[in-house]
Amino acid sequence: MNYFPDEVIEHVFDFVTSHKDRNSISLVCKSWFKIERYSRQNVFIGNCYAINPERLLRRFPCFKSLTLKGKPHFADFNLVPHGWGGFVQPWIEALARSRVGLEELRLKRMVVTDESLELLSRSFVNFKSLVLVSCEGFSTDGLASIASNCRHLQDLDLQENEIDDHRGQWLSCFPETYTSLVTLNFACLEGETNLVALERLVARSPNLRSLKLNRAVPLDALARLMACAPQIVDLGVGSYEDEQDSESCLKLQAAIRKCTSLRSLSGFLEAAPHCLSAFHPVCHNLTSLNLSYAAEIHGSHLIKLIEHCKKLQRLWILDSIGDKGLEVVASTCKELQELRVFPTDLQGGGNTAVTEDGLVAISAGCPKLHSILYFCQQMTNAALITVAKNCPNFIRFRLCILEPHKPDHVTSQPLDEGFGAIVQACKNLKRLSVSGLLTDQVFLYIGMYATELEMLSIAFAGDTDKGMLYVLNGCKKMRKLEIRDSPFGDAALLADVNKYETMRSLWMSSCEVTLGGCKRLARKAPWLNVEIINENDNNRMEENGYEGRQKVDKLYLYRTVVGTRVDAPPFVWIH
Amino acid sequence: MSPEEELQSNGSVASSTRNIVGVLKEHNYLGLSDCSSVGSSNLSGLADDDKATISLKATELTLGLPGSQSPARDTELNLLGPAKLDEKPFFPLLPSKDEMCSSSSHKNIASGNKRGFSDTMDKVPLYTEKNWMFPEAVVATQSVIKKEVAQNLPKGKLSTTNNSSSPPAAKAQIVGWPPVRSYRKNTLATTCKNSDEVDGKPGSGPLFVKVSMDGAPYLRKVDLRSYTNYGELSAALEKMFTTFTLGQCGTSGATGKDVRNETKLKDLLNGKDYVLTYEDKDGDWMLVGDFSWEIFIGVCKKLKIMKGCDAIGLGMFCFLLVMPLKSLV
Repeated sequence: MNYFPDEVIEHVFDFVTSHKDRNSISLVCKSWFKIERYSRQNVFIGNCYAINPERLLRRFPCFKSLTLKGKPHFADFNLVPHGWGGFVQPWIEALARSRVGLEELRLKRMVVTDESLELLSRSFVNFKSLVLVSCEGFSTDGLASIASNCRHLQDLDLQENEIDDHRGQWLSCFPETYTSLVTLNFACLEGETNLVALERLVARSPNLRSLKLNRAVPLDALARLMACAPQIVDLGVGSYEDEQDSESCLKLQAAIRKCTSLRSLSGFLEAAPHCLSAFHPVCHNLTSLNLSYAAEIHGSHLIKLIEHCKKLQRLWILDSIGDKGLEVVASTCKELQELRVFPTDLQGGGNTAVTEDGLVAISAGCPKLHSILYFCQQMTNAALITVAKNCPNFIRFRLCILEPHKPDHVTSQPLDEGFGAIVQACKNLKRLSVSGLLTDQVFLYIGMYATELEMLSIAFAGDTDKGMLYVLNGCKKMRKLEIRDSPFGDAALLADVNKYETMRSLWMSSCEVTLGGCKRLARKAPWLNVEIINENDNNRMEENGYEGRQKVDKLYLYRTVVGTRVDAPPFVWIH
Repeated sequence: MSPEEELQSNGSVASSTRNIVGVLKEHNYLGLSDCSSVGSSNLSGLADDDKATISLKATELTLGLPGSQSPARDTELNLLGPAKLDEKPFFPLLPSKDEMCSSSSHKNIASGNKRGFSDTMDKVPLYTEKNWMFPEAVVATQSVIKKEVAQNLPKGKLSTTNNSSSPPAAKAQIVGWPPVRSYRKNTLATTCKNSDEVDGKPGSGPLFVKVSMDGAPYLRKVDLRSYTNYGELSAALEKMFTTFTLGQCGTSGATGKDVRNETKLKDLLNGKDYVLTYEDKDGDWMLVGDFSWEIFIGVCKKLKIMKGCDAIGLGMFCFLLVMPLKSLV
């Protein structure tokens, strides 16, 4: 390869898109490092505090797309206090000052402000794609800037963000000459929508492929929108009014029939159950169905819809579908690859909608299943062992038994054997979440068998430090480990400090680690940021000298090449 | 039909109440567009006290056993009459709750008057209460039955909730459990509140509605599910908006710090005629207090503390404007 000119090598590298592979390429030799540097288009930064914008720009001066992730995963469940960090502003400022021709920005769990969005919209002439997932801190004013200033915008994808809806006219900020919209997802906006502006926007967007509406878009507007955009591939329905005249319904049915390219359906935030039948004609082509927000649609209607969806690959649903419904899924959706079953009753009130039987049925009926997220009230080892036998291809297996410490409900044993069977059978398992009553034994199994495991979530599990040690010693590919309410302490934390250099991050909350232990770790590993998040007014922690006994409420540590971050709030101590 | 059974059948109590009292409209309790406050203005020749009694007590559906009531309910009774037990049940079929106030009242109910799971079991079998709620952070008056656990309990303590916008929930809950995104919880909660309660699956999770007040520069949000009755809501709102009303207290002549805030607000309300109203599913502005608490949280989309003169349009007399709110406080 040394005899090829750089341009040829670069051309070959263009075919390598996975950032992991590109990272590997860059390690081969100096020449390849240099060529790869200048040709990398897409940069992925899994932890925005592992590096800073200046170093990013020095290494990759020519990138076009940036993906940034901010807060740790448990921030999704309110475990990270407001103001912890993850601000995108410094990144946008630095990129704006440089000559980077940014075209795409994808952010997850970051704090975005209207100011950031305004700056973004003005700084990059060719900006095409904005994807915000689980972000917060901005309002529809920021969206108005994006709409007004980004002439070449193709994607505006807002997924599950907390957006302050000023009910302004952001949709009408798209200029009349703007016709390049491909993706528009504003399902998470709470307020009213300017329907006229929306319809006109859709009507002048011939390339529109994905449209996800919010709650405020009613049935008749939906019919008109679909009539304007029959080429649509991905549709998120907002709401259906309860009282609907048959004329609106007929119009909708007619519009739906014309959408022959429709492959993905979601939304139904407020839907009268009988509306679903309007979509039956397009079900046979659907590959993705997300009904996990459709709390008002009861099991029987869901089942009627799913019976038509023979090509389904991805299904997100609520547990109101029941075991019987899952059996229908198992017998109908033979192409199913990913299933997520979310709980309707979040307070564990005893409504056992899905049980281990549903999980077993799915595993038996869907041979291509590789990803599952399953919330349920009860589980047995026998069921998990059966599932492992039926589906050895799991890449992601996340089981959440709603009641912590719940044992096998038939034998009253811990669920160690069941999860053990899963990790033993599923050789490609990359992500695992465990729950229920679990002892150190399950971690022994995980350390022994889960050789490819990259992300592990533990809650209310284990007996002693040995549990955590099994995992740290055994799982060579571990990248993200998050633990809550488990009895692991300093001994496990400090056993192998160098391990953390091979991982992106470790989260431990309500465990047994002490302040003294954290400080010792920080001293041994200066390339780690050891953050202690302490919301209580416990500033006396430092003073009274009892560090060895003072338990740390939340610990978040991560490798970094840029040292302590400067934007930490007062309740975060970084060692 | 025994009183208990009457109480436990949705709707029939309310309709028979209305019939006996002489209200002309037979209401389908879930047909909200009929149940406007205009309806109650048809009551004539009845003492206003009784009207208030009717609008609150008689139409209040309770799913709990007689005598199982939350403490705030006692407060309500207090304000209506001098002696707690002196309340004359206007509606004779309603059992006198005071007599039934047995020791079961200390076993508090999770929300409203629904019986907690523990109340349905007289004995204490193995799985009395699904105790995945740790007793260490018990809030309000909920008494959580500790499950006998042979297995290890985690030694780590519960982290305090960092959700500062809502008051403590009536149930002790583990922060961040189950691991469901708060976005999903909020979205489902907003959807669930519209679902049919007869199904026995009321919405769970927080139910945030905006609260505005005439003259206040900004709005607030409250979680309706964190209250169990109008009294709690009223107290919370009064706390939230005190800063705005206090500024005007001087003009209405309320005295200094030893005057309880409640009285201040009541005086203010009397003087300025503020009323609590809500916007229902149909977009109509209704007077708070006509329905039972459970129904109310099912239909309320927004709250507004209106000036009395604005609320006249709702069809009530001035005097009646403040009555419901007064009796709530």
